[in-house]
Amino acid sequence: MESVAQTAFPWVVWFVAVLIAFQMVLMIVAYTVLAERKVLGWIQGRIGPNRVGPWGLMQPFADLLKFIFKEDLVPDKSTKFVYYLAPIVALTCALMPMVVYPFGPAITTVDWSFLPWHLGDGVTTLPLTIARIDVGVLFVLGITSVGVYGIALAGWSSNSKYSLMGGLRSSAQMISYELAMGAAVLGPVLLAGTLDLNGIIRAQQQSFFRWFIIPQFVAFVVFLISAFAETNRVPFDLPEAETELVAGFHTEYSALKFALFFMAEYVNMFTVSVMCAVLFLGGWYVPGLSHLVPEGSIPYAIVSHIVFIGKICAFLFFSIWVRGTLPRFRFDQLMNFGWKFLLPVALVNVLITIVVVYFLNI
Amino acid sequence: MVTNAVFFLFAGLAIACAISMVYHKNPLYSAISLIGVFVALSCIYVILAAPFIAAVQVLIYAGAIMVLVVFVIMLLNLDDDRPLNRLKYLYAVGAGLGLILLVQTFFIFYAVMRAPQNPVVSDVAIGKTLNIGANMYSRYLLPVEIVGVLLLMAVIGAVILVRRLNQPELERVVEDELTRRNQEDEIGDFRISI
Repeated sequence: MESVAQTAFPWVVWFVAVLIAFQMVLMIVAYTVLAERKVLGWIQGRIGPNRVGPWGLMQPFADLLKFIFKEDLVPDKSTKFVYYLAPIVALTCALMPMVVYPFGPAITTVDWSFLPWHLGDGVTTLPLTIARIDVGVLFVLGITSVGVYGIALAGWSSNSKYSLMGGLRSSAQMISYELAMGAAVLGPVLLAGTLDLNGIIRAQQQSFFRWFIIPQFVAFVVFLISAFAETNRVPFDLPEAETELVAGFHTEYSALKFALFFMAEYVNMFTVSVMCAVLFLGGWYVPGLSHLVPEGSIPYAIVSHIVFIGKICAFLFFSIWVRGTLPRFRFDQLMNFGWKFLLPVALVNVLITIVVVYFLNI
Repeated sequence: MVTNAVFFLFAGLAIACAISMVYHKNPLYSAISLIGVFVALSCIYVILAAPFIAAVQVLIYAGAIMVLVVFVIMLLNLDDDRPLNRLKYLYAVGAGLGLILLVQTFFIFYAVMRAPQNPVVSDVAIGKTLNIGANMYSRYLLPVEIVGVLLLMAVIGAVILVRRLNQPELERVVEDELTRRNQEDEIGDFRISI
């Protein structure tokens, strides 16, 4: 009983659950953009956006309004259908993994029959995951790998040399680093013995030292590096390298279509941060919390959830920090690094993990 | 009831995408349609309680193989006004293969109708990851090994094809390729546009 879809709640409640999760992810993403501008400002000795609202807090909404009211330019020679399809594919594929995120532990101590219209009759468990899929890890990897099409098709359909170069670079880069990422994910999966995201968190629950960042530190580093490449972040932001490609694959996109790509990039950052937190930092698990409040109660769930979001935000901050620190790779360096260093290291790590798991029967 | 409706939705989507893949003149549209077929198929696998196969279908076919296909189409960027001349005998080969496929399909229908109906116990889900892994390394070990050798051969072939040539070797290969293309241009069977 680890997902909302498996409880006796009627489908209205699932719908509300999806809406809440959607809203939460999008709000975090909107404020990641603001945080990025603020933190980059501080790193570079500037103040950052501070005009809209107190301390610039309303900036994301101002940006959104601006995106909506800007003129929507469509290049004359573009392939129209694919040109319109590309941003939709990019954002849809970025948002879909949301349904398997383990947002927190299940609340088991509340009887939900007090809800109006018999919504919660006979239900005592409220899981904080929308849908439980046996192969959650593969689902996230698969859906995000389909996201490449958004970028590749955008580059091709714009009918512009900068866009095409950006799209090609991006597809090459994402295919290359997906392998290293998949191999790095195998380490924690082997230790946990399951592909289920909640199962992986449960496998790390005994103590702080069972967090997979300790036995799988190599996999953690490989995953973090390839996650940066997968999300097209600095130092791997070659698909949109301003100095050589104007803006890469989204050069010809404007107004809301550009906003969709922009959001997709930040939602992807959120996704890899969730995966990092779940696979290596124990997900929502807080060491010692079950001694203070009983497991399954509302405070336990709330504290766990907040800590989980905190872990995700730490990774988001790290990504911004790296952007303010490192220069960009050259393309041949990027390919050599991915294929000749990251992938072998990840594969050797998988081999060692298999041997250790087999002989120690972890 | 709902499962049936969802099945017909995705089955229809898969067939529509397959037809659009065959009928589109533009290779990129065909590739996009093929991706649609894979995604619809993976949804059908989910209905059939095989989430692992579904996830792997999207991850490998839609996410990896088709990306390479799209990549190649984008790089070549074939012109629309110079279609490849299709060879006549290929129509006959296609018709023959299609006929075989049709016979096979009807045979499967026939076999399924004649087979005794065993209700599936829902606890023993065949599509579960653990069962797939256990079966692959015990009952189906030989096919897995054969596929492994096949993939190894493909990897070695790829390495040989893209290996760095020294200068005289490179000149010889380029010369051979140029003569071959000139001959083909004279025959006029098809043209290669770069």
